[in-house]
Amino acid sequence: MGTELNQWVDVCGIDDLVAHSGVCALVEETQVALFYMPEDSSIFAINNYDPFSLINILSRGLIGDVQGEPMVASPIYKQRFNLKTGQCFDDESVQVDTYAVRIEDNRVEVNLHLTQKEA
Amino acid sequence: MSTKQTLVVIGNGMVGQNFLVSLMANDIKEQFDVITFCEEPIPAYDRVHLSEYFAGKSADDLSLVEGNFFADNDITIHMGDKAETIDRDNKTITSAKGLVIAYDKLVLATGSSAFVPPIPGHDRDGCIAYRTIADLDEMMAVAKESKVGAVVGGGLLGLEAAKALQDLNLKTHVVQFAPRLMAAQLDDGGADLLKSKIEDIGVSVLTSKNTTQIVDGENCKHKMIFADGGELEADMILYSAGIRPRDEIAVTCDLEIADRGGIVINDYCQTSDENIYAIGECASWNNEIFGLVAPGYAMARTVVDQLAGGSSVSFTGADMSTKLKLNGVDVASIGDPHATTEGSLVYTYQNGVEGIYKRLVVSQDNKKLIGAVLVGDASGYPTLHQYYSSDIDLPENPDSLILPARSDESVGLGPDALPASAQVCSCYDVSKGDVCASIESGCTTMSALKDDTKAATGCGGCAALLKSVLDCELEKAGIEVNTDICEHFAYTRQDLYNLIMVEEIKTFNDLLEKHGSGKGCEICKQAIGSILASYWNDYVLENSHVSLQDTNDSFLANTQKDGTYSVVPRMTGGEVTPDGLIAVGNVAKKYGLYTKITGGQRVDLFGARVDQLPPIWQELIDAGFESGHAYGKSLRTVKSCVGSTWCRFGVDDSVGLAVELENRYKGLRAPHKIKFAVSGCTRECAEAQSKDIGIIAVEGGWNLYVCGNGGMKPRHGDLFATNLDKETLIKYIDRVLTFYVRTADRLQRTSVWMENMEGGLDYLKSVVIDDKLEINDQLEAHMQHVVDTYQCEWKTTMADENKLRRFRHFVNSDKHDENIIFVEERGQIRPANIEERALALAEKS
Repeated sequence: MGTELNQWVDVCGIDDLVAHSGVCALVEETQVALFYMPEDSSIFAINNYDPFSLINILSRGLIGDVQGEPMVASPIYKQRFNLKTGQCFDDESVQVDTYAVRIEDNRVEVNLHLTQKEA
Repeated sequence: MSTKQTLVVIGNGMVGQNFLVSLMANDIKEQFDVITFCEEPIPAYDRVHLSEYFAGKSADDLSLVEGNFFADNDITIHMGDKAETIDRDNKTITSAKGLVIAYDKLVLATGSSAFVPPIPGHDRDGCIAYRTIADLDEMMAVAKESKVGAVVGGGLLGLEAAKALQDLNLKTHVVQFAPRLMAAQLDDGGADLLKSKIEDIGVSVLTSKNTTQIVDGENCKHKMIFADGGELEADMILYSAGIRPRDEIAVTCDLEIADRGGIVINDYCQTSDENIYAIGECASWNNEIFGLVAPGYAMARTVVDQLAGGSSVSFTGADMSTKLKLNGVDVASIGDPHATTEGSLVYTYQNGVEGIYKRLVVSQDNKKLIGAVLVGDASGYPTLHQYYSSDIDLPENPDSLILPARSDESVGLGPDALPASAQVCSCYDVSKGDVCASIESGCTTMSALKDDTKAATGCGGCAALLKSVLDCELEKAGIEVNTDICEHFAYTRQDLYNLIMVEEIKTFNDLLEKHGSGKGCEICKQAIGSILASYWNDYVLENSHVSLQDTNDSFLANTQKDGTYSVVPRMTGGEVTPDGLIAVGNVAKKYGLYTKITGGQRVDLFGARVDQLPPIWQELIDAGFESGHAYGKSLRTVKSCVGSTWCRFGVDDSVGLAVELENRYKGLRAPHKIKFAVSGCTRECAEAQSKDIGIIAVEGGWNLYVCGNGGMKPRHGDLFATNLDKETLIKYIDRVLTFYVRTADRLQRTSVWMENMEGGLDYLKSVVIDDKLEINDQLEAHMQHVVDTYQCEWKTTMADENKLRRFRHFVNSDKHDENIIFVEERGQIRPANIEERALALAEKS
């Protein structure tokens, strides 16, 4: 592998995202949940695995905000996660991985080696 | 030889049974061999609610004996045998069948019989006392050949009996000897109003009528001839003119009998023989017979205490106050309603327009409440009864308690004014102090409070009082109750519903822009998505709605624990053709799905991956199926029994009605799921009384039950209306459901909605039946809109390539989620557990 810069992986077209909702992409061997909030053109990428129900499902959760912080709620037992940091709002000991995500020429790219913050 | 004493209880009615239950809860039961006689062929049942037998309750429903009560407690019961004589010298009893039993202690609970006036013709065929289940069966048989019925007696039981006759579809007359109805409980003013209200519902009332003989009628079977020369013809005559204590067995052994009948007892319920007790309606205390169950139960407790050697409990009379609903009319009576207490003064309020009568009887010094009568509006009963039973000083102007509130000034006894000892719930004996302690321990909602204290879970009559104590205590503690749905909307669900309706808002984003803040969350999105779907009935996967759909709705299937889905095609009324069943089986086989029959009489197919949902549905649609909406907060199923089409006992076509109703309401989105059931007769095989909407066929039409629930907190449905034709039934259901959709909280089932509704069942009836809010046209129009715009969401989805694109696990790959792994069990698949999954994944890599 080269430097971090060329570890950006082309994932899908921006049209494949669902506004105000999520989809799941397979990036290398990792399931990545991608959420799109068109009101401020923000995209978030987190690991799709729900640490509470132990299944790959977070991309199917309802999204929104908690006190202004972007949030997804697991569709299974409804725990909420911060989309920027991966931190669970309902259990401070639980966190999911986040990934850097960007748009290049209407394509969505994910970098598994950078967290959302580092990007 | 047994060291135990023999205790014999004569009579297994409500009080006799209550005595046995109280005794079995006490350690002294070990000291006795217990024997009881039950003259009727069935053990104790609820005589108070006899008329419900006609509204669909069975003898089993009315039974007061749980399981194998007698066997479990080693009680010998002689069923269908009557104790006839007592030999006090030898301490033995002889029964009608010739049994001779020795006793050490004897309890007489022989109850009472209906008073039948000893006039010529009183025992003609079809002239029946209204007292036992056997009487009811006879009534039903006679009613089949009758058009007109008459009840002799206009007291509490007489009016209940009139209700029973009306339920049997007879033209009904009440013939009262006294100059007014409910002579013991009401004064003239209250009784006059009650009479006119009862006449309004089609029962004719004749007062001051002394029946002198019954002879052959001309148009009906019988003719009653009155002392004043008047006549009345009827095919069936019911006697309910008061009770006579069954004291004949006491007469046989020379126990002291009161002048007006009844076995004389002292404060410890002992008769003139110290080894013989008498309790309930056969007993006379202080020259008084108590024709209610509560005093009988108090006597039973007294005797148990006596047998245990105590003397702490004694019977010192009973509060005969009562509040009830007679043929839909609220009636309440407290203490001494006739102002017979010396020096007492009276306040009266009469409202001829709204049909309300209230009377207060107060002490000479205007400080204490002695009695009260309420007719037409008994909402003030809890407060007034507190003044009476807790002996609280009246406010300066006692009439403020019965005058209507014309300003913000609070009338009535604020909960703050009640002493801690005041009883809030009489069913479970919960005091205000108990309630406050529970609130302090953290029960700050009605449901938590009910769970913790049991208050308001019996008859529910104290719910309003309980709520006001709760609100008052919370207010005192400075706790403001926040009813906002979430941080993004400072509104309740009902507020949001009204905003959407009035401003004709069609999308979440519009509503958020106009009335909310932030981006929303899983709470408000789900709630608003549901409201929009209820009101506009648009396709839920529309671009503007898809992001509002929670777990199941967003893929039109039920998410299971492993992330796969289950699929439920609609089988209306539980009907499915053999071809349909084969098609479902073929689909299950082809996709390797686990199949199970649901409680709602259809087939559930489990284990479908998200990408398999469209092809599965294509096959089901091709076979003629449509969405079963098992995934939605919406109408699920209308369960039914096979009904009169096949069943030997069926009264009407329950399956036909179930299919029609399911097709009418399918697709209706609501705050929570809705279940119906239709039973073809009162055997109730479809268990309709545990459903949100339950319907039971009876001879006169359909009986409608509402707001029942099985599940976590079972709730028996409330009988909403009886003998409805189909058109009226559907109208009522339209209105009830739309009103529920409009006013319930998010994720609130109808049962909880009803529990929390101020005014409860009566209020719902006033809205739906009497159109109190004048919204019935709107409610019906809304439902018609939903019916007219129904679509099978799966058919719509299958026709839209863009929508189908969402049905894949990865947006950029056709691979499947490798975490989904099944193992086999009992010949079908099931999700692998964690260990099995780890093992399988390790093998793969």
